[in-house]
Amino acid sequence: MTGSNRGGEVSIRDLSKSFSLGGRQLAVLRTLNLDIRSGECLVIVGASGSGKTTLLRILAGLETADSGAVAIDGQPVHGVGAERAVIFQEPRLLPWLSVLGNVAFGLEVRGVAKQEAEKRARFYVALVGLAEFADAFPSQLSGGMAQRVGIARALTVQPEILLLDEPLGALDAMTKIGMQEELARIWSEENVTMVMVTHDLEEAIYLADRVLILPKEKGGAARLIDIDLPRPRERSETRFVRYREELLREFGLH
Amino acid sequence: MTLQHIDRPITIPASRSESGLGDDFLRLGGRAAVRFLSRYGVLVGFLALWQVASSAGWVNAAVLPPLDMIIAALWKGLAGGSLLGDIAISLQRAGIAFGAAVAVAIPLGLFMGQVRPVETALDPILQVFRQTSALALYPVFILLLGLGETSKIFVIFWATLFPLLLNTTSGVKEVDPKLLEMARVYGASRLTVFRRVVLPGAVPSIFVGLRLSATTALLLLIASEMIGANKGIGFQVMNAQYNFQIPLMFAAIVILAGLGLIANQALVALQRRLCRWSNPVN
Repeated sequence: MTGSNRGGEVSIRDLSKSFSLGGRQLAVLRTLNLDIRSGECLVIVGASGSGKTTLLRILAGLETADSGAVAIDGQPVHGVGAERAVIFQEPRLLPWLSVLGNVAFGLEVRGVAKQEAEKRARFYVALVGLAEFADAFPSQLSGGMAQRVGIARALTVQPEILLLDEPLGALDAMTKIGMQEELARIWSEENVTMVMVTHDLEEAIYLADRVLILPKEKGGAARLIDIDLPRPRERSETRFVRYREELLREFGLH
Repeated sequence: MTLQHIDRPITIPASRSESGLGDDFLRLGGRAAVRFLSRYGVLVGFLALWQVASSAGWVNAAVLPPLDMIIAALWKGLAGGSLLGDIAISLQRAGIAFGAAVAVAIPLGLFMGQVRPVETALDPILQVFRQTSALALYPVFILLLGLGETSKIFVIFWATLFPLLLNTTSGVKEVDPKLLEMARVYGASRLTVFRRVVLPGAVPSIFVGLRLSATTALLLLIASEMIGANKGIGFQVMNAQYNFQIPLMFAAIVILAGLGLIANQALVALQRRLCRWSNPVN
C-alpha cells in the first residue's frame, strides 16, 4: 500500500538460544547467521524442536537470545517494536470486540484515535474479504475467518516486517489453500517483509522467495534454498514438484 | 392441561384459509401459551397443588394456608403499608453490605489477580476466613459491634465479600495469556493491557461472583434479622410465626423470594448488556 522505499531488513548474527529441560541444557539455535532482505518472503521450516518458532519469537521480541544479536534496518532489537507485527497460529481475537474492533485494536493500543483506527481498520477488513462481517463477534466466525481477522489486525498497523508463526497450521486443507493464495496476494500488494514459520513444505514453496531449513541434529548447519519460480505459482508445475522433492530430501524423507 | 394447549395450534391451521386474521391471533396466542407452559408449567402446577391441597384439607391449612390467604396477607401488608417499612430496612441492610462488598472485593480481587505475590500472601488467610461460616462468626461480630445495625450489616458484608473476591481474582488470573501476549506484541502498556484485555475478560467471572453474593446477602440478611431485630423481613418471618400469623409469615417469605428473583434478574440483564459477545447466561 505504501511506497517502495521501506525498510524491513533483518540481520541475525551468531544467534544462540537454549532451554533447560529437566536440568539439561537443550540448544535449539546454534550461532545462526542470516540476512533477511527488505520486502522478501522468507519461510522457515524444520523438524519440531529445531527452533523455528523460537527464532520467530526472538525476531518478534517476545524472547531474548542467549547470545548473538538481531538488528532491523541497522537498529538492534530489544523487545517488541512498532515496525513488526505478529500473526500467531491461533487468531487470538478479543471475544468482546467486533471484527472491526479487533482489527482496530493494534492501532488503538498504539495511540491512534478510535475513529481514525476504525476507518483504517475497515480497509483491511475489506482486504481480507470480511467487509460484511465487520460487526460480527469472533464467536460467530469460522476458523478461517477468525484467522483472516488476525491477519487484518496485523496489516492494519502497517508493519515493515510481518512475522507469521504457523498461521495456517490449525486450518483444514481446503481453507488452507485458499488462505495461502490470500497471503501471497497480500504480500505482493503490501510490500512487506514476511517471515513465516510452517511445517507444510508445499506452503513454503508456494509463498517463499527463500526457504530456511533449520537443522535438528547437533552440528548441522542451517540451509537456505532459493525458490526461483514465477508468481502466482502453480502447485502442479514440474519445477514446483522438484522443489518439493528437494525439500523432502533435506528432511531425509525422499 | 398441557396437552390441550399443544393440540390447539395443530388443529387451527386447517380452518385458517376461511377465517384469516382472527385465527392467526389465536394461533400466536396458542404458541405463546405452549412456550409459557413449557417454562412455567411445573411452577404453576406446584402452586395449583398447594391451593387445592390446602383448601381441600389434605394438609393442615393452619400450617400451609391456601394461596389466596397468603396473597391477601401480602396485599394487606403492601397496600396497607405495614410491610413497606420492613422491606425498606431490609433493603438498606442488604444494599449497604452488598455495596461495600462490591467496593472492596472487586478492586482487591483485580489487584490480587494481577500481582501474584499479593495473592500468594493473602490466599491462606482468605481461605480460612471463607471456610468459617459467617453465621458462626455473627456472635463475635455482635460482641465487637453491638446488637445494632452495624453488626447486621457487617455479617452480610463478610459473607458476600468472599464469593465476589474469589471470583474476581480467578477471573483475572484466567484471562488467556495468549491474548496478553498478543496485546504486548502491539506495544500495549501494562495499564492498557489491564484496561483492554484483563478487565473485560474478567467481567463474566465477576458477574458469577455478583450473583452468588447477591444470593448470599439475602440469606444472611434473614439470619441476622432473626436475631435481635425489631424490624425487617426476616424479623417479620420470625415474628409472624411466634404470633401464629401464618399467612403473614408466608407473605414475608414470598417477598424474600421476590427480592432474590429481582436481584438475580437485574444482574442477568446487566450482564447481558455488558457481555453481548459471550454466550447467553442462564
